[in-house]
Amino acid sequence: MRKIKSVSDLERWGEDVIKKEKEYEVIVSVCGGTGCQAYGCQKVKAVFQKELSKKGMGERVTLKVTGCPGFCERGPLVTIYPHNIFYQRVKAEDVPLIISETIQNGRKVERLLFEDPEAHCKITSSQDIPFYRAQTRLLLSNNDLIDPTRMEDYIAIGGYRSLAKALFQMRPDEVIEEIKASGLRGRGGAGYPTGKKWDNCRRARGETKYVICNCDEGDPGAFMDRSLLEGNPHSILEGMLIGAYAIGATQGFIYVRQEYPLAHKNAGIAIKQARKAGLLGKNILGSDFDFDLDMAKGGGAFVCGESTALIASIEGKVGEPRSKQIHTIEQGLWEKPTNLNNVETWANVPLIINKGSQWFSSMGTEKSKGTKIFSLVGKVKNTGLVEVPMGITLKEIIFDIGGGQQNGKRIKAVQTGGPSGGCIPASLFDLPVDFESLTQVGSMMGSGGMIVMDEGTCMVDVAKYFVHFLQEESCGKCLPCREGLKRMGEILDRITEGKGNEESLSLLEELAEVVVDTSLCGLGKTAPNPVLSALRYFRPEFEAHIHQKRCPAGVCTPLIQYSISEVDCTGCGACAKVCPTQAIKGEKKQSHFILAEICSKCGSCKDVCKTNAVIVQ
Amino acid sequence: MDSKSVDKIIDKYQEKRTALISILHDIQDRHNHLPEEALRKVASRLRMDLNDIYGVATFYKSFSLIPKGKHSITLCLGTACHVRGGPRILREMKKQLNIEPGQTTADKQFSLNVVNCLGVCAIGPVMLVDRKFYGEMNSIKARRIIEKINKNNKNKKNGVKS
Repeated sequence: MRKIKSVSDLERWGEDVIKKEKEYEVIVSVCGGTGCQAYGCQKVKAVFQKELSKKGMGERVTLKVTGCPGFCERGPLVTIYPHNIFYQRVKAEDVPLIISETIQNGRKVERLLFEDPEAHCKITSSQDIPFYRAQTRLLLSNNDLIDPTRMEDYIAIGGYRSLAKALFQMRPDEVIEEIKASGLRGRGGAGYPTGKKWDNCRRARGETKYVICNCDEGDPGAFMDRSLLEGNPHSILEGMLIGAYAIGATQGFIYVRQEYPLAHKNAGIAIKQARKAGLLGKNILGSDFDFDLDMAKGGGAFVCGESTALIASIEGKVGEPRSKQIHTIEQGLWEKPTNLNNVETWANVPLIINKGSQWFSSMGTEKSKGTKIFSLVGKVKNTGLVEVPMGITLKEIIFDIGGGQQNGKRIKAVQTGGPSGGCIPASLFDLPVDFESLTQVGSMMGSGGMIVMDEGTCMVDVAKYFVHFLQEESCGKCLPCREGLKRMGEILDRITEGKGNEESLSLLEELAEVVVDTSLCGLGKTAPNPVLSALRYFRPEFEAHIHQKRCPAGVCTPLIQYSISEVDCTGCGACAKVCPTQAIKGEKKQSHFILAEICSKCGSCKDVCKTNAVIVQ
Repeated sequence: MDSKSVDKIIDKYQEKRTALISILHDIQDRHNHLPEEALRKVASRLRMDLNDIYGVATFYKSFSLIPKGKHSITLCLGTACHVRGGPRILREMKKQLNIEPGQTTADKQFSLNVVNCLGVCAIGPVMLVDRKFYGEMNSIKARRIIEKINKNNKNKKNGVKS
């Protein structure tokens, strides 16, 4: 590891890395994100390594394991440069062919290219794939280019130059003014103006100040922070260094949830490298600015995403939130002024310092600037991470980028904002996505999870899911959240069991109001949102459960029955073989049927049926 | 429990109280749970009250005071996995292993856990088996994973190479 003592050292290192890279004729980049790992990218990488060295191509071809490019559903992903050929769903056994065809002869392997679902033609470069075409990938695009465990890769794409600019060309208050002018707002959910927060922390009284990066991405369905910290950890470090310089902090922490082992590992490696290179420690880049970073690991508690609970957790205590009469900006970690931002917020900082606030604020809407990364998941064709300018409509995200419905079932809603958010019905999909618009319709931006729901999703079940989720995660300190959510969960349980009555919904609404008004922290205050939004837009589904004892989506087990369509059943017998209660009868090659009285409604038959003959009603 | 390993872990974090959660993680990784003896050692070396350590060890879901099974089955029930059929897989796992989430089978082979999100939502439902991620799961695939582990265990016992 080189020691960087000045800006010119940094520039020289960058030039050297680029020069070295130019010596290679071909760069093979394999996605090493957690999603692609589930599909076996490590095997793909290992075979590339073995085959390339066997063929003695190590000097001409370099192999790079990068962060997540976002299109997880199509993994493992492999891109060959400079040809810019994007291969998807690559298996270890495809590797020799890629080497002999593409790397040695410059020909494409058609079979591994992405096929346009409408035009049915093969697409060579990722930029032309509909999923990527409509995105503005300011933050995520770097994930494609760098190996997160190699600091030099980040240096080569201009890394730490924004820090240099801040340290030598800007005063701390000028940095804050620049962030303020950019209009950057916190990406963790609440959307508080970042520059204002920094300013408050800078003005707070006290010598010792801290900065914290919140990677306790607890919202289920959101994973953009994981991908950023996993795929480009040095950009987070750079953002924090700039923030610390502006605020006057000398120590920082990155808090990573325990469920993200790779993010934890890569961030840890990055910190060690930065320390060795002299970008953390004393007199950074030869200036009089000192700063160091440490890691802290969560323990599987959702509430620790809340700033005061997170701070308690870093202090090694039980992660209980406290009342925010005194803000963490004044008294946070060890009662010292503390500035906490989430991963995506920190990742935006170097970009703004480098390209200027004007450039940043030219994107987005009047009050929400820049881009936002969403994790588009659930019942939608293309799933993965998408980065788009603020103000784009839900329709564009779900249909143009996401490709619309998945299994021929109509999309009816999208859930945003995690357990504090709500479900937005398809009739409102023309809504621009920004902080204000989503709140207006009873949901919120949250950290950026977008879970698409179709006719096969029961909205009562979803409401119940979130209430139970939050009941489980409630720290138990205040009564309205602890007891109120429990009672709300019980009412919803009864409704989904067909035991709801006339009063259930009004009681549910009344309780929700009390929990919102009287809970101590954000978790409780927003906990009833999913229920209230579901009631607001999908009341007839609740009423069907209560009055007709029917689950229209076919999800709530006590209210459904499985049967087999005589027309579609080919009599293959696969369902009868997997049925754990032997409830499926029928002769071979004849239509089968289910004995309702012994059916345990496990759904195994539906999972194995190749002709979709199993009907749930 | 060898107390040297616990000392080593505490040394690694220089007896810092702030590192308590990391220390507990490391102890659990090594011993498959948090033995009482280890917690007492942590309390004395960090000069903390055992009660406070017990509070932390029981507040955070990832810690267990009883030994976990040889194989860990972690099912994600985040929203994306939920709407794609996660609960059906959970029902199947409960039935296969005959335990509830958070419990370990009597033969100490399997522990079943449920988490709120593993952040691999794009390929849900997701299951984590002994640190390996499996995407696009359904109840049948999950059942086969358990069957395969059982078969391997049996073969190992009988000295057959798998």
